[in-house]
Amino acid sequence: MRIEAKEPVVEFHDLTVSYHKKPVLWNIDMTLPKGALVGIIGPNGAGKSTLIKSAMGLLPLASGYVKIFDEALDDVRHKVSYVPQRESVDWDFPTSVLDVVLMGRYAKLGLLSRPRKADKEMALNCLAKVGMEAYVNRQISQLSGGQQQRVFLARALAQEAELYFMDEPFAGVDAATEAAILAIMQEMTAQGKTVIVVHHDLQSAAEFFDWIVLLNMRLVASGPINKVFTNDMLQETYGGKLTVLAEVGELVRKRQIPSREKY
Amino acid sequence: METLREFFSFSDPSIIAVTVGAVLLSASSAVVGTFTFLKKKALVGDAVAHSVLPGICLAFILTGTKNPLWLIIGAFITGWISLVIIDNVTLKTKIKEDTAIALILSVFFGIGILLLTNIQHSGNAAQTGLDSFLFGKAAALVGKDLIVFGMVAVILLATVALFFKELKLIAFDPNYAKALGVPVKAMDLLLTSLTVLAVVTGIQAVGVVLMAAMLITPAAAARFWTNDVRVMTFLAAIMSGFSGLSGAFVSYAAPAMPTGPWIVMIISAIALTSFFIAPTRGIISRSIQQRKLQRMIMDENLLKELYHLGEKDEDPYKARSLDEIIEERFFPKDRLKSALRRLKREGYLAKQNGDWKYTEAGKLKGQRVVKLHRLWELYLSKYMKIDPDHVHEDAETIEHIITPELEKRLEKMLEYPEMDPHEERIPY
Repeated sequence: MRIEAKEPVVEFHDLTVSYHKKPVLWNIDMTLPKGALVGIIGPNGAGKSTLIKSAMGLLPLASGYVKIFDEALDDVRHKVSYVPQRESVDWDFPTSVLDVVLMGRYAKLGLLSRPRKADKEMALNCLAKVGMEAYVNRQISQLSGGQQQRVFLARALAQEAELYFMDEPFAGVDAATEAAILAIMQEMTAQGKTVIVVHHDLQSAAEFFDWIVLLNMRLVASGPINKVFTNDMLQETYGGKLTVLAEVGELVRKRQIPSREKY
Repeated sequence: METLREFFSFSDPSIIAVTVGAVLLSASSAVVGTFTFLKKKALVGDAVAHSVLPGICLAFILTGTKNPLWLIIGAFITGWISLVIIDNVTLKTKIKEDTAIALILSVFFGIGILLLTNIQHSGNAAQTGLDSFLFGKAAALVGKDLIVFGMVAVILLATVALFFKELKLIAFDPNYAKALGVPVKAMDLLLTSLTVLAVVTGIQAVGVVLMAAMLITPAAAARFWTNDVRVMTFLAAIMSGFSGLSGAFVSYAAPAMPTGPWIVMIISAIALTSFFIAPTRGIISRSIQQRKLQRMIMDENLLKELYHLGEKDEDPYKARSLDEIIEERFFPKDRLKSALRRLKREGYLAKQNGDWKYTEAGKLKGQRVVKLHRLWELYLSKYMKIDPDHVHEDAETIEHIITPELEKRLEKMLEYPEMDPHEERIPY
């Protein structure tokens, strides 16, 4: 089931993504609405992270395209922010909490210029928003998982974007952090910003999001939560394994066939 | 002392050339090396160092001179090609990066040696000294070289300073950098070029074989002392510059001593020392921390057992003998004795006719440990539904780390309970 968004901010058009030639996402075609809190849900290996990484231009696309605010990503990058998975970086890196949040200002600064006073103030504001003002000068290796996640969120907030892609922001965080992050997301969507979140917990998904994307290597459903978050749909996402799709993908990898022909 | 004064008077212009050259080369390669270190690409420097040799030889063959500018250009080209090949091999084949590095390094170095041997037997009189690239020859630096090296060093330092924030971001979180629109590919290319340039100039001083140490060792040493990339970069440069200076001095004081290997020896010694004595990250500091912790646990356990003994005969202040304590709970005798003496020194215990008894403070401390132990047992069985016979082991550890704030919260949550799950009284 695919329900088109009325006021689309992101459009995936016939998107196929491969890792080492093996297709992991097949023909994704959907639009996501402005001002929504969107949850991307699916089992392990469904390609949830892959989907937002490809939207951020971090992976080569085998076919199709992604349009953001009806334009190519490079033209609207300043309006888009990305929160990578917490485990994707080395938290023993010699830097402080403030320095990490300041990274969110780099795009506005451009090459060669240093963070100004205003940037620092912005970073401090964002840290206060996520409740981390007491940790400004802390070395990042001293943070707990929940605190690391808050710092990443503060860094994204510092970008002052209109569209946010977040990869598993609720993974491995404590209850207080979960509530804090959710409150911030809801505040953002109330301001008309769009937040797209990769999420793996079905139970909380039902409470958190107002638009759901069900994914399992291909798009199962995309639409408002009350229409899409049904037993049938979930069954289709998690239940009946798509063994044929997985097997064909494996064949493509083994034979090293390009997933799209050139002529 | 005399030699030291002589050296630092810089009366001999060749001393100036060697010293300034060594310091510049060491410091600038350390600055660039900091970022290869942070990107966890330490071996890349080694690969480049070995791969520049064929370039140097080819440049000599083509131009027939040892003009450092030509040699640098030649070295730069092959060093750079080697990195491009390593990247492509890693990306497009099933060969992993470490294997690719080992392969490319030896192939390029082999070709380099081949060319070098060929040149040496060619009878070209200008070739003497070319082999110094193998092991370095900082002592042979002359004023003319210095201008070229000085320029390269300035280029390296200025570029790193200019792109510092991008280099830092890419080393920390390349995906986010890409998402921000930072030209990650171009910056990677820049860092690669800087590494090659640093290697090319550095090998004049220490040679192909030791060059990797010049890139990585200062960064590794500096990492022990700081948690800030900026400070780390400065520190690496200073440490490396110092070893450059010392290396130049050693070979001045004892002319038989080679400068390059001495530079490497000194920076390695600095790294090794940092490894041991650095605060918090150093081995010694860590083991002191561990020992303090062990002692604290021993002391608390001992005070706790004295409380248990007091509970049994309802006289907490009764003096106890060593054997009595050991019977309650086994401690190795020597450990027990030193812990008892320590607790007496700190005012928690008093000695009476060879036996040991609580002071007021000692009893309070022992009582608190017992309380925390029993509170935690109760918490585990009440809130986490763990069987009462399974909670003791956990409580043995947790009793030592509960803070006063947590203690208050536990008391409130459990409503100041009287008994623990084993029907033992919780003392307040």
